[in-house]
Amino acid sequence: MAEVLLQMDGISKSFPGVKANDEVSFQINSGEIHALLGENGAGKSTLVKMIYGLMQPDSGSMKLGSENFRPSEPSKARQSGIAMVFQHFSLFDALSVAENIALGMENPPRLQDLSEKIETVSKSYGLPLGPKRLVGQLSAGERQRVEIIRCLLQNPKLLIMDEPTSVLTPNEVKTLFETLLRLKGEGKSILYISHKLEEIREICDYATILRNGKKVGSCIPRDTSAKQIGEMMVGKSFSSPSRKTRAFGEELLKVSNLSIRTKDFFGTSLSNINFSVRVGEILGIGGVAGNGQDELLSALSGEEKTSPSTIKIFNQPIGKLAPDERRAIGMRAAPEERLGHAAAPAMTLIENTLITSHSEDVINQWGIIKFDNVKEKTRNIVSEFDVRTPTLDNAAASLSGGNLQKFVIGREILQKPRVFVVNQPTWGVDAAAAAFIRQSILNLASNDSAVVVISQDLDELFEICDTFSVLTNGRMSKSHDIRSLSSEDVGLLMGGSDLDRKSHDTA
Amino acid sequence: MVIFGIDLVLLISALMISATPVLLAAIGEAVVEKSGVLNLGVEGMMITGAVIGFIFAVNTQIPIYGFICAAIAGALLSVLFAVLTQYIMSNQVATGLGLTMVGLGLSALIGKPYEGIKSPTLSKIEIPILSDIPILGPMIFSHDAIVYFSVILVATVAFVISKTRIGLVLRAVGENQEAAHALGYKVVRIRFLAIMFGGATAGIGGAYISLARVPQWTEGMTAGAGWIALALVVFASWKPWRVLLGAYLFGGITVLQLNLQAIGVAIPVEILSMSPYLVTIVVLVGISLFGHHTAPGSLARPFHASQ
Repeated sequence: MAEVLLQMDGISKSFPGVKANDEVSFQINSGEIHALLGENGAGKSTLVKMIYGLMQPDSGSMKLGSENFRPSEPSKARQSGIAMVFQHFSLFDALSVAENIALGMENPPRLQDLSEKIETVSKSYGLPLGPKRLVGQLSAGERQRVEIIRCLLQNPKLLIMDEPTSVLTPNEVKTLFETLLRLKGEGKSILYISHKLEEIREICDYATILRNGKKVGSCIPRDTSAKQIGEMMVGKSFSSPSRKTRAFGEELLKVSNLSIRTKDFFGTSLSNINFSVRVGEILGIGGVAGNGQDELLSALSGEEKTSPSTIKIFNQPIGKLAPDERRAIGMRAAPEERLGHAAAPAMTLIENTLITSHSEDVINQWGIIKFDNVKEKTRNIVSEFDVRTPTLDNAAASLSGGNLQKFVIGREILQKPRVFVVNQPTWGVDAAAAAFIRQSILNLASNDSAVVVISQDLDELFEICDTFSVLTNGRMSKSHDIRSLSSEDVGLLMGGSDLDRKSHDTA
Repeated sequence: MVIFGIDLVLLISALMISATPVLLAAIGEAVVEKSGVLNLGVEGMMITGAVIGFIFAVNTQIPIYGFICAAIAGALLSVLFAVLTQYIMSNQVATGLGLTMVGLGLSALIGKPYEGIKSPTLSKIEIPILSDIPILGPMIFSHDAIVYFSVILVATVAFVISKTRIGLVLRAVGENQEAAHALGYKVVRIRFLAIMFGGATAGIGGAYISLARVPQWTEGMTAGAGWIALALVVFASWKPWRVLLGAYLFGGITVLQLNLQAIGVAIPVEILSMSPYLVTIVVLVGISLFGHHTAPGSLARPFHASQ
């Protein structure tokens, strides 16, 4: 019987209007990878923040080893041997790797010594990292390495990882898992937060499942099916997306020789991109974010204009059209960043609906907004896409990530676009909401639209797409019938090589 | 050394004096902005420093007391800004503008009885050996204490920001406030201290105008130096040594154009008068075209430690 490292006993935490954690108890043993599972808003983050000292519980107690544990701030938690790898918000783009790491340490050595230490530790764990590089220029996987190395240098007893694989390529996930198993072998414990049930079944020893702030169950993931775990998380069964037909019509969207120089210092330029999407087809574009995904989306949405004939819809050149003009002819886009790009954070849902509506639907002949119509449209989105919000007048920023994502996707899909481009449709969204969003994308394609899905989540692309290609370093591979691809093929494509040797038999 | 009827030694020496107020205010504001706060009240803090410094120097007849009190006055005024923007979450731009208005009005009111009086001035400190170097000595090593202080301050700020833990934390808070908070740094406290530092240096800068450059008290005598300091910070890409370069460039052209006016060069006075602003901006924009220089990521964004 392994010894108990962290014991949580009846932890509760409330915010105005919500009980984020309600009498949660569980324990983590030494040398155990412990999964914390739950939908968005189930209370996982709150719980973890209390362990890391960013918040204090209203009631309940924690014990670390045999001592009472109640860190009043993160530095106290770090001193007690707790380290955390955040999902977002904890790296500084304009600072170097070594500076970023120094910021997360209690008593960092001199930068020069630290740099040497970083190189040694990162090599020994198979996570090579240049200490002088600017974090803003790193890939998502490398950025995560920075966080992991930062934690490892403090020699923690418990490593908390919040959704560590959501931004990684399959190869990076493999490397990460090797690292985690090695840490486990060294006797360290890991608290692993994720939505991805298959991963949890692969790597975790024990799982605690939260729903609506309460602990609803626990299990040994290896002995439990993903479906069972998923049902414990949402409290009901849900079905995987499916579609009726897979028949394609004529070519709808055609992109030829698209090259764009990026204006973002940390961005990637696109070079010579060619693809086409037929009526009823869903094209999946895989690859790690930061390889031109944002630039491609902005070229398709019309934020970035190109020469007219680069982008054609039904042979009509639209490269010069503004986003509004593209929407008018039925081409719509949903960018990755929900707050600030897809939706205006401080504006209400009604106003956010207005922003991308056809002007003739919502503005009368004197230029006055027809608010009754907009309200009706918003009500439709909220009810059809199950957006959970107290009122339609709530600011977009007040919604949880998953709910806002449903709103954004719903807003575009309910306009029945002929061409729909979406970047990371289910990023940070829980399993039930993700299944719903994927189903609505499938339904849209079945209704004679062409869809382009840009995503880092290969499982997602394989679930809904018909054709698949990869965007690496601003270049796009040929598109292949997704059913003809083996996992090695995908690996090759992700690595930037085209499957030329076999493209003739799959084209 | 006289070129075209202008004595170069006197010119450089005058340049350093003329640039010092702007330099002091700008280096403080650079620290404030590095921490992610935009304080547009520099002009107000400078003029407050100018009047308070003048009053104390006149009454005590010891100029250095004037500078100390000016620093305290500038810092106190900036506390008002810090409380409003960091705790009450008021808008930084509006609050900063308000601070300038308050400073200008307040200084005019309390400075009224002191108009027309001459203040005691700082004595020159001739640095041994160095000041004996021909040309260079009288040019650079024969100034009052505040001129040396301003240069040392720039060097210290440059060192602290790039080489120390405190500087790293300051940059981190200005770069990504949410991340800094998540790592457990006290965003508001760090910003509060940075704002006070900026207030103190602006106060000293203002006092240098009323106690050394002019030296007397006139209403509104800072005459936009605070705004120049703000512009310098941006054009210097938030880098301390470039702030010094910009300030000296600005001071240099100011002195030069006065000299040119005096010897009667056939260029309209209006063009000469605007030349310091134009040249400084053109040069610093030229420099900032090379390399990557963006504003601190969280500049002027309100921070509230929710969740």
